[in-house]
Amino acid sequence: MDENIILSIKGLRLESVAGNVIVDNVDLQLRKGEVLGLIGESGAGKSTIGLSSMCYARAGLHIAGGTITLGGTNIAALDAEGRRAVRGKRIAYIAQSAAAAFNPAHSLMDQVCEAPVLHKLMTRAEAETWACELFVALDLPDPLNFGARHPHQVSGGQLQRAMAAMAMSCRPDVLVLDEPTTALDVTTQIEVLILLKSLIRQYQTAALYITHDLAVVAQVADRIKVLRHGKEVEEGLTEQILHRASQDYTARLVAVRGAAASERAVASTVKPQTVLSITDCHAYYGDFHVVRGVSLDVKRGETVAVVGESGSGKSTLARIITGLLTPRSGEILFQGKALPPALGARSKELKRTIQLVYQIPDVAINPRQSVQGIVGRPVEFYFGVGRAEVLARAKELMALVELPLEFLDRRPGQLSGGQKQRVCIARALAAKPDLIILDEPTSALDPLVAEEILTLLRKLQRELGLSYVLITHDLDVVHRIAHRTAVMLQGQFVAFDETDKIFDQPEHPYTQKLITAVPEMRVDWLDEVMAKRQTAAA
Amino acid sequence: MKLFGHKLTASAAFGLAVIAIFIFVSLFTPWIAPYSESANVAGTWDEPSAKLLFGADQIGRDMLTRIMYGSRMTIGVALAITTLSFIIGILTGLVSAVVGGWVDVFFTRLVDVMLSIPSLIFALIILGVFGSSIPVLIMTIAVLDSTRVFRLSRALGMNLTVMEYVEAARLRGEGLWWVITREILPNAWAPLVSEFGLRFCFNFLFIAGLSFLGLGIQPPYADLGGMVRENAAAINFGMMAPIYPATAIALLTVSVNLVVDWMLSIDARPSGAQAEL
Repeated sequence: MDENIILSIKGLRLESVAGNVIVDNVDLQLRKGEVLGLIGESGAGKSTIGLSSMCYARAGLHIAGGTITLGGTNIAALDAEGRRAVRGKRIAYIAQSAAAAFNPAHSLMDQVCEAPVLHKLMTRAEAETWACELFVALDLPDPLNFGARHPHQVSGGQLQRAMAAMAMSCRPDVLVLDEPTTALDVTTQIEVLILLKSLIRQYQTAALYITHDLAVVAQVADRIKVLRHGKEVEEGLTEQILHRASQDYTARLVAVRGAAASERAVASTVKPQTVLSITDCHAYYGDFHVVRGVSLDVKRGETVAVVGESGSGKSTLARIITGLLTPRSGEILFQGKALPPALGARSKELKRTIQLVYQIPDVAINPRQSVQGIVGRPVEFYFGVGRAEVLARAKELMALVELPLEFLDRRPGQLSGGQKQRVCIARALAAKPDLIILDEPTSALDPLVAEEILTLLRKLQRELGLSYVLITHDLDVVHRIAHRTAVMLQGQFVAFDETDKIFDQPEHPYTQKLITAVPEMRVDWLDEVMAKRQTAAA
Repeated sequence: MKLFGHKLTASAAFGLAVIAIFIFVSLFTPWIAPYSESANVAGTWDEPSAKLLFGADQIGRDMLTRIMYGSRMTIGVALAITTLSFIIGILTGLVSAVVGGWVDVFFTRLVDVMLSIPSLIFALIILGVFGSSIPVLIMTIAVLDSTRVFRLSRALGMNLTVMEYVEAARLRGEGLWWVITREILPNAWAPLVSEFGLRFCFNFLFIAGLSFLGLGIQPPYADLGGMVRENAAAINFGMMAPIYPATAIALLTVSVNLVVDWMLSIDARPSGAQAEL
């Protein structure tokens, strides 16, 4: 056996309490200083495998078979006490949401130093010195005093880096990174990615990098393992997976990410009539000025995207258009007539013409209603037709969103994420609207499913002449369906123009920063960015 | 054994069996009781025999018959109170949560005031002033008890009203009644049903307690609390008479609690297992 192999998993099998096989016969080997990317859609079992490399299974699951060998010992055979001695010390975990992983009641230093002191590796003073060293390596502000802060006093990106410090506190042989940058904004993601990569390089730590984003994993991983439905699809060197995938599924995953550059919204659907026009709109939450003088217009059959990072005010803009938030000043015209700002002041007819599709389909439809009830209600409510007609229309809508008719009797719990989002779209269409506001319609979905939803949205626009206002942080999505794009920063539009123009000749520095921060599907992209920054600094 | 797709524990099965017996007896008392409600068939506190299974009460009526009629009365009144208090509490609680603003302030402050007065004292005052008839009893305790239902359903409503499907219904222009009955209530049933069981227990004990003090259900109607009081003196002579109605009270209360415990345990653990360490 190769003596460089630090972690070796053979024939791993996890079952749920009900007896379903969640992970089936997965093998995995990790050498010292090597990064292995685990990639797959939700439900592929990648997080489950990541956790079981520490011999941990989430509630409702148990490890039913296989060996997990860490540096020569099979930890699957250890008792709870033995496993505890290994976890955090020799193998450490970085979770997706740092905000949920830190205890808000303790200072960051207490939490970073906890593990080495508990494992009796260092004294508290040694641990603190080491922690400060890590804070420096992770480029955290004021590293000597950073540890005194509490989790709510630092930003999301900083907290994610603090968690990396916590994981490194015992100098583990293996790091498990579970979607460490997914919850971050794109400009923050690149910072964290650069620091994680240099941290892994500097300390020669082996790592399992779990993500659904191929472009991200391409930057850090030496090898990539593709998973689907708890089984391995294929494994290969990063370069090989990106360019010469042997399995069809992998090729499709790669293609979806690459499609952005080739596909563009078709101009032919756009008609000259203006559907919605907002002029100099200001909105506040209490005293906080969220939207600062935004002007926007949407034409018939057009998709206008509003792009921005969290906190930029783009969702607030959606709330203003739907009437959930009354702006303090500014004029909103809908089809040439003034639109009452408050929802209560809008007529039933006006409410009908503007519909909203939410980000997370799981909470956007009532779990206790049948699909027929969900889709049929707007038909009954707005058009006051009889039961037979409601049913006929519901069937029509199911055909429009490409769902089988027998789904009408199902409850949301019996549908997948993509199917639920289709139901949400059908509900919006049931009102026969002129304008649909899409609030991050694909960001909770897997890439292949998201792609199908985007295709559906384009088809519906072509057939029904709908106008869309698309709220998103995902530039890839914008590329594919938006005719015009507005870039939002701190409540203002820094750019509003044809999508192609925004992407090809970005003028505002923030737009440039946003576009260059999106990882590209090349292995050396991140290295290039790092090199560029170094030259710029020098 | 399974019920509603969930495995029934031994204690829950016992609880359900006892509740089933009580319900059956309460529904069919006049047909299955060995004697009529007020017939004197023996001497004071006669010992149990084949003819009188639990002996006789303080004026020679059959104890078993009296317990059957007593259960029927006490359970019926407690059920009426709990149902009424849930109707009042759920409606006001959900309206409070959904509408918010001054409506919410009005109801919560009103409930705070009512909760600040000990409910037994409050009930004693009302019953003392209006006299203890069964309708007054039901109304008084239902209103008092609805404050607790209000708090629960308001909290549930607060959590559900921020869900996006509720927002979607509001955006559509749906009225308050639709939002409450179609969007929120179906998602709040599970905790409300368990709470119904618990509140029923409290009300059952409360009625029994009031009757024991002489302010609840009045003779000649049989009721379990009143029977404990009437027969209390028998203890002095080393006789079992008051123990029988007291046991009936305890048995039903414990059984309902066992079933509610089981229902809550289902609700809390959807995946049904602990993490493997």
